[in-house]
Amino acid sequence: MTLKLGVPSKGRLMEKTFDWFGKRGVTLRKSGSDREYAGAVDGIDGVELVLLSASEIPRELAAGRIHLGVTGSDLVRERLANWDSQVVELAPMGFGGADLIIAVPDCWVDVDTLEDLDAAAAAFRSAHGFRLRIATKYHRSVREFLKAEGVADYQLVDSQGATEGTVKNETAEAIADITSTGETLRANGLRILSDGLIHASQATLFRGRRRDWTDGQRVTLKELQSVLGI
Amino acid sequence: MTTTEQILCRAEALRAQFADLGGQVVNADVLQPAETLLDLYGEDIRARAYVTSDPLRGEIMLRPDFTVPVVQMHMETFAEPARYTYSGAVYRKQEHDASRANEYIQVGYEVFDGQDIAGADAEVFAAISKAVEGLPLRSATGDIGLLTAAISGLKTSDARKAALLRHLWRPRRFKSLLDRFCGRTPTPKFRTKLLAADDPFEGAWADISLRSRSEVNARIEALRDDAKTPAIGAEERDLLDAILGLQETLPNVMSALRDIAVDLPAIAGAVETLARRTEALASHGVDVNALRFEGSYGRTNMEYYDGFVFGFYSTVRADLPPIATGGRYDALTAQLGAGRAVPAVGAVIRPDLLLAVEEGL
Repeated sequence: MTLKLGVPSKGRLMEKTFDWFGKRGVTLRKSGSDREYAGAVDGIDGVELVLLSASEIPRELAAGRIHLGVTGSDLVRERLANWDSQVVELAPMGFGGADLIIAVPDCWVDVDTLEDLDAAAAAFRSAHGFRLRIATKYHRSVREFLKAEGVADYQLVDSQGATEGTVKNETAEAIADITSTGETLRANGLRILSDGLIHASQATLFRGRRRDWTDGQRVTLKELQSVLGI
Repeated sequence: MTTTEQILCRAEALRAQFADLGGQVVNADVLQPAETLLDLYGEDIRARAYVTSDPLRGEIMLRPDFTVPVVQMHMETFAEPARYTYSGAVYRKQEHDASRANEYIQVGYEVFDGQDIAGADAEVFAAISKAVEGLPLRSATGDIGLLTAAISGLKTSDARKAALLRHLWRPRRFKSLLDRFCGRTPTPKFRTKLLAADDPFEGAWADISLRSRSEVNARIEALRDDAKTPAIGAEERDLLDAILGLQETLPNVMSALRDIAVDLPAIAGAVETLARRTEALASHGVDVNALRFEGSYGRTNMEYYDGFVFGFYSTVRADLPPIATGGRYDALTAQLGAGRAVPAVGAVIRPDLLLAVEEGL
C-alpha cells in the first residue's frame, strides 16, 4: 500500500507546495497534460500524489482516504470538529499565510476590542430587535472563538464570498474573514479589532490520525520525514 | 449493556411516577422552529442542536429539549397551578466528545405555580430525588437568584450592574468586567483617547453600517458616564467573591449568607427565599443537613435558569454527564410570553444514565 499525499490541484498553493517539496529533495509534478489531475512523485518510493481541492483535503485526511495532505491550517480548524484528534501537524510550510480576523466598520469609532464589540452587540440587539450579524464562512472557528471570549448577542450569517461588502449592503454589521494584507478590508471601510485575530493560518503538511496504517506505510512516512528533514 | 427497550421501559415508569404527582402527560414535536430557540439561546445553540432546513418553513431544529415547547403549550392556557410530565428523545450535537450520546431520552417534570415558589422548587427536587433513591448519586444545588441579588445590590451604576448580570453565565468575561469595574485593570488607552478627542469621528470612514452614528454616540456617552463611575470597593468585591466561592452544606451556607447579608443587605430577600426553600425541602423529606450548596453552581451552561438550580451526579462513574438537572426559569417564560412571565420550575432525568449507574452496582 502506498502512502497517499494530497496536494491542492491548482494555482499558487500547488506551485508553492511543489517548490517546498522540491527544495527538500522530493519532486512532485503533474503527469500527462497540464489539465489532467494526476501526479507523480520522484525521490522517494511508496508515495502517491493525489491532486484535489484544498478545501476537501481536511475531510479526506479525516476519512483516511489520503494519508498526508497539504492545506491551510484555517481550513483544518474550520472543517474538522476536534481537529487535533483527527489530524497531526507535521510541518508548517511558511507560505499561504493569511489571518482569520474579525473586522468592524471603521466608523464605529467606539469599538476597538471584543469587549467593545460585545457591548455594542447588547445595545444593538435592544435597539433593533435582533442580534448583531457577523458575516463569515468560518462558522465553527468564529463561534468557538467568540464563545471562549465571552461575546454574546451576536449571530453568524453565512457569506461565501465578497464578505467585505456585506456591511455596506446592510446584510451584516461586522465580518469574520481571511485577510493577508488588509487591503480589501480598508477599501470597504472596515477595520480589524485589535484583539480580533482568530487564527494565523499558513499552508501546513498534515497527516491523518488513522490507526489502520500498514507497517509499510509507517516506514514510508519515516523515510519521507527524514528526506524532508521534518 | 442496556437495550433501547430497557431504557424506554424505565422512561415510562419514571413518567408514570411524575404523573402520579399530578403531572399531565404532554408531548412535543421533534421538529421545532429554529427561530425561537436561536433567539433565546443565541449562536451557541447551533453548536449543540441539529439545525436543518425545510423548503417552506425555513430553518428548523431537532428538539434539543422539551422546556421551550412545554412552556409555549402552557402559555396557551396559563392555567395555574399546572404540572406536566413528558418522555421523549432529545437531540444534541457532540462536537468535542464522541463518547457522549447525541440522541437520548429525557423524562421531565415541570411545575407552574406562582402561589408557592419555595414549595414548587422543593417539590421538583424531591420528585427527582425520589426517582433516583438508593443509587450512588450526589446532588449539588445553587441559586442564580442569590447571585443576581448580590450583583444588583452593588454600589455602582445600573449600566455596570446590567453588564455583570448579562455575563453571569460567561465567567471569564464576567471576571474581566468585574476587574475593570473594581479598578484592577487600567482603562484601555484606546478608550481614554476616544473620550479625550474633540471629534471622535475625525479621520474615520463614512458611515456605512446599520448601527448608526447615533448609536455610536450613545455608546460614547455611556463610556463617558462609565469613566466617571467610582470603582467598586474591595469590600464589596470580597463579599461577591465569598458568595461565588461558597461550597458547603446548606445549613453552613445559610449561616455564612446571614453574615454576608449584614454587609450586603441587598441579598436579604434572596437569603429568605433560600431559607423558605430549605424548609420546604425538609418538609418533603430531603435531608437538608447533608445537601450541598455551591455559590457558582449553574453558571457555566444553564443560561435560562434564574433561581434554584440543581443536578445529580454519579459518584462511581465520574465520566457520566449529570443524571438529572433542573431549576427555576421564570425569565425564560417572560421572554417566550412577550413579557408575561409565569413562575416555572422543572427538571429532567435520563433513564439511560440511571441504568448505566445501576449496571455498575
